[in-house]
Amino acid sequence: MIKLSHIEKIYDVPSGKVHALKGIDLEIERGEIYGIIGLSGAGKSTLVRCINMLERPTSGAVIVDGRDMTKLSTNELRAARKNIGMIFQHFNLLSSATVYENIAFPLTLSGTPKNEIEKKVLPLLELVGLKDKAKQYPAQLSGGQKQRVGIARALASDPKILLCDEATSALDPQTTKSILALIKDINKKFALTVVVITHEMQVIKEICDKVAVISDGVIAERGSVLEVFTNPQHKITKEFISVLLSNELPAAFRGNEISQEKTPGSLLLLRLIFLGDRADDPVLAEMIRTCKGVECTMLFGNLDEIHGVPFGRFIIGLSGEEDAIQNALNFLGGKDVRVEVIGYVRRNSVADEISSAVE
Amino acid sequence: MLEEIQLLMRLVPLLSKALGETIYMVAVSMAIASIIGVPLGVLLHTTDKGQILESLPLNQTIGSIVNAIRSIPFIILMVAIIPLTRFLVGSAIGTTAAIVPLVIASIPFIGRQVETSLKEVPAGLIEAALSMGATPSQIITRVLLPEAMPSIVSQLTTVIIALVGESAMAGAIGGGGLGDLAIRYGYQRFRPEVMLATVVVLIILVQAVQFAGNTLAKKLKKW
Repeated sequence: MIKLSHIEKIYDVPSGKVHALKGIDLEIERGEIYGIIGLSGAGKSTLVRCINMLERPTSGAVIVDGRDMTKLSTNELRAARKNIGMIFQHFNLLSSATVYENIAFPLTLSGTPKNEIEKKVLPLLELVGLKDKAKQYPAQLSGGQKQRVGIARALASDPKILLCDEATSALDPQTTKSILALIKDINKKFALTVVVITHEMQVIKEICDKVAVISDGVIAERGSVLEVFTNPQHKITKEFISVLLSNELPAAFRGNEISQEKTPGSLLLLRLIFLGDRADDPVLAEMIRTCKGVECTMLFGNLDEIHGVPFGRFIIGLSGEEDAIQNALNFLGGKDVRVEVIGYVRRNSVADEISSAVE
Repeated sequence: MLEEIQLLMRLVPLLSKALGETIYMVAVSMAIASIIGVPLGVLLHTTDKGQILESLPLNQTIGSIVNAIRSIPFIILMVAIIPLTRFLVGSAIGTTAAIVPLVIASIPFIGRQVETSLKEVPAGLIEAALSMGATPSQIITRVLLPEAMPSIVSQLTTVIIALVGESAMAGAIGGGGLGDLAIRYGYQRFRPEVMLATVVVLIILVQAVQFAGNTLAKKLKKW
């Protein structure tokens, strides 16, 4: 549906040239929700604007629905843009027009007759749940309602593609969830291809099928959301994910030195990731049963779901004789679990004091 | 006391005639100047850097002309363009003749005021309209002007009030109006009560214009 090849964007600024996009290749399939995540200034907003030519790439090709957008004439481009709806972080609604008029706006631009506009706008008002707000002005709406108007407006010209530029970044978490649910809903209902630009991993996790992580004008990592979440490669991806998935050690260990050498009284910390149907396998119970001489302490556990696939993350501490621990590691290695050895760590003395006081 | 009231009564026809002339000069000048000034403001804004009709040479040329006219003091402009006035209305003296310099002085003023209003329209709205395939003329008529309208009304109110002041100066070339009355009766014939009455009428007029402008701007503003 969308194919970007070798997209470069160079801005001329008084202090020289800014290389915003450095050769981006990206392919987005029909009906997919594709997330593009990056920090501010990474180039993600420029990239999404290259899709509908709000920003013209300095070089490279933008193929949308089989046509190279960079080669269209002004009039052809205007017509092509009607196939690409867009919603924005700050909604960009006309403050002087009512909700109804805002949704009707793209249709009035193309000279659609009044009765046809009504036939189009009323169902859209219903779809986004704003039927009773038709005559109100944007200033009378909440942020979430404004974005719903934005979505209805983007859908009015029956686009095949919806571009979401930080569409939920100005909304509170609750409203974000409902807007994301609406986007997912219309993606299914209209077989819409959706491109989501965000700096929040939560948004990616919630609705995207695939994700590209953009950093400093290049795509650092890409793949299915499940892959990227469970096995992030790039440092920036790990940072994004860590915001969402707490990888911190429990308080009792925090701040203590992690060494690769076993010291008396220390625990070997392991991070375990279970995926899919394996997430509820009794792997740990089995390990304790089979590997004699190993004590296992559960320090952190979380069972999540990405795209309906269960996804469990645990941090456990092993203690015991050297070879018993090795035995346990071998056991886990043979299972369908991703194991990451963090290292040996001692409990905090504070925690010791508390536990001895309790005893 | 009785004498003073009689004096004031005699002033009424004089004042109302002068007020009528002032309103005539201001209204006609404002109407003509807006027809040219508002599009000029649109042009000033849309040809600026990063705007939908970006053309810096055009923008700078128009901008310089606007600045040049705006830097000429009204009283000098009025005298300087007497040949043009004579050509356009057949005479350089009289209320109608005063309209020509008033229009010429107001066009660049309105242009700048409208430009300022249009600058307040968020760039995101233009971007949204572009993303829907809007043409530049659609963006001007359906996004820029409607969104800036409350601000444009406020700005034009300022222009009208400036015109009231300038029309008083137009009395200098026999334009009539309240300023002319104040100068001829109040100043040249030493009748301070006429001067005072004129000033009071001017104050009331300006207050009324400002009030009407504010009310309209508020009514147009939906946020």
